[in-house]
Amino acid sequence: MPLFILRRVLQAVMVMLTVAFIAFLMFRFLGDPVNSIVSQDATQVEREQVRERLGLDDPLLVQYGRFVVDAARGDFGMSYRNARPVSALLAERFPATAELVLVAALMSLAIGIPFGIYTALRPRGVLSQALQIVSLIGISLPTFVTGILLILCFSVWLGWLPSFGRGEVVDIGWWSTGFLTASGLKALILPSFMLCIFQLTLIMRLVRAEMLEVMRTDYIKFARARGLKARAINFRHALKNTLIPVVTIFGLQLGGLIAFAIITETVFQWPGMGALFIQAVNFTDVPVMAAYLVLVSLIFVVINTSVDLLYNVIDPRLRTERKPATNAGI
Amino acid sequence: MATLAARLRSFTAGDLFYSFRRSRTTVLATTVLALMMLGALLAPLVAPHDPFDIASLSLLDSELPPAWMEGSNPAYWLGTDTQARDVFSSILYGLRISLFVGAASVLLAAVLGVFLGLVGGYFGGLLDAVIMRVADVLLSFPAILVALLINGVLRGILPAGQQESAALIVLVLSIGLTNWVQYARTVRGSTLVERQREYVQAARTIGVGSLRIMRAHILPNVLGPVLVIATINLGMAVLTEATLSFLGVGMPATMPSLGTLIRVGNEYLFSGIWWVVIFPSATLAILVLAVNLLGDWLRDALNPKLR
Repeated sequence: MPLFILRRVLQAVMVMLTVAFIAFLMFRFLGDPVNSIVSQDATQVEREQVRERLGLDDPLLVQYGRFVVDAARGDFGMSYRNARPVSALLAERFPATAELVLVAALMSLAIGIPFGIYTALRPRGVLSQALQIVSLIGISLPTFVTGILLILCFSVWLGWLPSFGRGEVVDIGWWSTGFLTASGLKALILPSFMLCIFQLTLIMRLVRAEMLEVMRTDYIKFARARGLKARAINFRHALKNTLIPVVTIFGLQLGGLIAFAIITETVFQWPGMGALFIQAVNFTDVPVMAAYLVLVSLIFVVINTSVDLLYNVIDPRLRTERKPATNAGI
Repeated sequence: MATLAARLRSFTAGDLFYSFRRSRTTVLATTVLALMMLGALLAPLVAPHDPFDIASLSLLDSELPPAWMEGSNPAYWLGTDTQARDVFSSILYGLRISLFVGAASVLLAAVLGVFLGLVGGYFGGLLDAVIMRVADVLLSFPAILVALLINGVLRGILPAGQQESAALIVLVLSIGLTNWVQYARTVRGSTLVERQREYVQAARTIGVGSLRIMRAHILPNVLGPVLVIATINLGMAVLTEATLSFLGVGMPATMPSLGTLIRVGNEYLFSGIWWVVIFPSATLAILVLAVNLLGDWLRDALNPKLR
């Protein structure tokens, strides 16, 4: 077990170093860093001085090492476009994205799991069939189209919910939260719903499939034979084993939510990191792009590693040494 | 000609066509897709108006609602936008670009993926390890994020002022370079199996070169699943293009794809002219759904396990 943890953490560090290398290459070769610092009419000598001061003449590996150390300290230099430290820009935008993703993730669990259980226990019910059809439509529509439809319905026609921004926010230290005001909570509803639809249907279908599988196994039959109540069988025995794969998918999808937040933030003009990233892509603001890449990868890697480790805790059958996962095609 | 007719007859009498005819949704999806492709291909001929011909636009005709609503002009049956451009014609021209970018990026991804998978699977060793590690890293990030990053890098390389005219190429590259992984993995897997077979051993024994063995002997035997992946991938590619254009890093407003039309229309959502955003959105959704249905059917029909 300690060996497994060590190997898993080492793997995570390797991935991060690779990502940092890609970010470093972008930083170093996409546009000349000197040009973004010196003025337009700087002489060749001045340019050389800046070049030397930045260490751009050192061997590539030394520069990469310096980049990694700086990145670990959270220093990604200045944004080309906003002329402010990238770390400050990201820190300012982070709470908005974090709250959006958190609410969307919780919503997908709170709606997806009960619906999944229901459709598995009553596969022929009218509501089950309706849910299946709605989920099919939900994943066929491009997410930004869903968002536009939500705005058209609830903001333009009904006028119930705001269509852009975070509403009123309260600052707690450096963290600005929308959870404490009525307008902040109202502003969260549409964007987080748009963001969670895909994951919601995924969790619903997963829970349904797993539940149907588990209900056929011997230990459930045995529980029935013992005369246990349906409620005890469904929730105490079956649900437990159903939720194991849900934990994995949920963890993996959490990273996806952060990426898809880019689209949601554009549709709802949500002042988060995704909107900042799109702006950076549009204007080739390399420091912001590189920092976003590293930050999002870090979140991904931390989530994936914890899910893997957590999996061992949840499922005792996996505690013996595992074979490495094989990657089949389709 | 006779051989062509015979081929056609053997196709229509075959299993694949039978299973196609049996599935009503697939026939419907294919018909819709064919109509859309035809409309897109012949856009200059079938479109009632030319949305790019500024001389023919009259601001008096702007913001007209669709033909079944009050105050409409029957000449513009899906209405007009704020610049008096015919929405239906804009959609046809937009489809043209969306489908072109989708098809071109699928082609790029397939060629690149098949090549890398073939080379990696055949030679093995360090080359294979490097290709597969890159594939793993790409696969661990959501496709849209990878596409956005490649897009940003390509825009950075382009000289300023070139970005609009090169938008089409940038899009094809960023989507194609994101999606090759699935082809490479599948082809590599089958290549690993095929290279052990007797016919490859025999070819090697009589001194056929590696390149020729890969191209003439292994390639035809590993291409089967590629068609299925490509069909499923086309839906993804069209969707990614629309997303990038919607986010404002794809096609410019002067040469709109469906995604650009939706982005521009979205800006007028609150002025009540819903038709400029709803109709392109619906077209996109139907297009993606039709491609996905066709892909699902093809996957099941060609899967020997389900026969």
